Amino acid sequence: MAIARIPFIKRPALHEAEAPILEVSHLSVRYNGRPALEDVSFRLVSGERIAVVGPNGAGKSTLFKVIAGVLNPTDGEVRVAGHCPGGHICIAYVPQRSQVDWTFPVTVADVVMMGRAGKVGLLRRPGREDWEHVRQCLEVVGMADLADRQIGELSGGQQQRMFIARALAQEAELMLMDEPLTGLDVPAQEDIFHIMDELRQRQVTVMVATHDLNLAAERFDRVMLLNNQLLGIGQPGDVFTPERLQIAYGAHLRMVQTTDGVMVLSDTCCGGGL
Amino acid sequence: MGGLIDLVVAPMSYPFMIRGLVAVVMVGIVCATVGTYVVLRGMAFFGDALAHAILPGVAVGYLVSGGGRGPVFWWGLGTAVLTAIGIGAIGQGAQVKEDTAIGIIFAGMFALGIALISTVRSYAVDLAHFLFGDVLGVSQGDLWLTGILGGVVLLTILVLYKEFLVLSFDPVLAVTLRLPSTLLHYLLLVLIAITIVVSLQTVGVALMVAMLVTPAATAYLLTHRLPIMMVLSALVGALSGIVGLYLSYYVSVASGAAIVLVCTAFFLLALLLAPKRGLVWARVQRSSES
Repeated sequence: MAIARIPFIKRPALHEAEAPILEVSHLSVRYNGRPALEDVSFRLVSGERIAVVGPNGAGKSTLFKVIAGVLNPTDGEVRVAGHCPGGHICIAYVPQRSQVDWTFPVTVADVVMMGRAGKVGLLRRPGREDWEHVRQCLEVVGMADLADRQIGELSGGQQQRMFIARALAQEAELMLMDEPLTGLDVPAQEDIFHIMDELRQRQVTVMVATHDLNLAAERFDRVMLLNNQLLGIGQPGDVFTPERLQIAYGAHLRMVQTTDGVMVLSDTCCGGGL
Repeated sequence: MGGLIDLVVAPMSYPFMIRGLVAVVMVGIVCATVGTYVVLRGMAFFGDALAHAILPGVAVGYLVSGGGRGPVFWWGLGTAVLTAIGIGAIGQGAQVKEDTAIGIIFAGMFALGIALISTVRSYAVDLAHFLFGDVLGVSQGDLWLTGILGGVVLLTILVLYKEFLVLSFDPVLAVTLRLPSTLLHYLLLVLIAITIVVSLQTVGVALMVAMLVTPAATAYLLTHRLPIMMVLSALVGALSGIVGLYLSYYVSVASGAAIVLVCTAFFLLALLLAPKRGLVWARVQRSSES
């Protein structure tokens, strides 16, 4: 059985066996009347790895926050394993590194243990098995030797891996990663992809917001192109067509038609400049 | 040596000094522990505002009882809790920015408090006590109240340690773990409110924020672990209280001011000398590199 191979993912009773891990139907979110997401519908199968691509302000973070149950949709609904996200503790939101206070006085192990706060339960302290669990999660991301480091001393790739370990500690089955690859060098990105392969083994579904169209096209099962509306979801070749990319990015994107398909030259939407 | 012991023991012959010392130690510990979260969550302005905003409540308690301690305390507590919740609600969604709203409430309430107290003839002396504290006037009953409520605050911080930690470090995680985030947030505001009222007599309204922020900021410079930061912060808070009170006894300066000055001195020392992060350390590091 698949479940037997996975030591620390227990399925909560809440999950319906027939339901897809994530089903989003006719989802709309408006901030002060301005639409951030409009009529977005899609579903994910368990264990798949999908890249969410779109310019700044396309609603990627909004989408993740609604799926995580942090933000309420204006219209439409989100179903995670057949139920609304508010009842689940199996959805992990991995924050953008730029939004974290890296001077906070905690160690790597402390942060990973935070993922267990829900499992440990209110008013209880983590026991030995919880710390053992944290150590195992750190081992999965190759950071067991850094458990006692202050988080400010980590490299970008290590910071990202620590948060994935925290999502593992949470026993997440759906991980929403906000720009995990941004600002990492190629070896650090490879580490992340290696961990994502491990996550696939564990039937963990992973959604990754990214600016990098090439990585999205090469390293994910499916891609999703978003710019407030869902412009496409599926195989990169079908989704990243010049027409659709033009709609998503407008004049910010230059493309060259090659024999292999479309080559993207520059994505000036990110990083605030050329 | 005998002289030093005398210096330490001599003030103890006054019962009011002993009560004062017990009070500053308790207040120092409670303020500094709660202050850890005030510092980590960037709530210094909130703490300062809340301390000032309880003045009208204190004034009403004072006026209705003709100066009784109990009513001053309970009216102050009620006002503090209501103001804390009010400010919390403003933060959830308002027409103006949160710090602007806090500024308006803070100054308005403070003015109301001064206006109320100014209706009494002995206004100047009483107002000074509320503003700057009157630690030597602490009674046995005050000590009990401080001890019990301070104990409740510390116990709550201890019991909900991991929840407050998650909420402070990553509020989004707190929501995805389905912790009662809003409730915990308000609870923390109420704990700060209780702490302020408990400390009112020791340092007064005007200097309160120093007791909340300075020991915790000092500890922050000295450690990377939250539990150690809390303990160090409490130590700095208690020690500042003791040293400050002795200082005020021997140099005869206002006790509240003396305590805060000692506290500030500790912070400056840490800023200069903290291992790895202190200014001196950074300088030595730089010169050894070049």
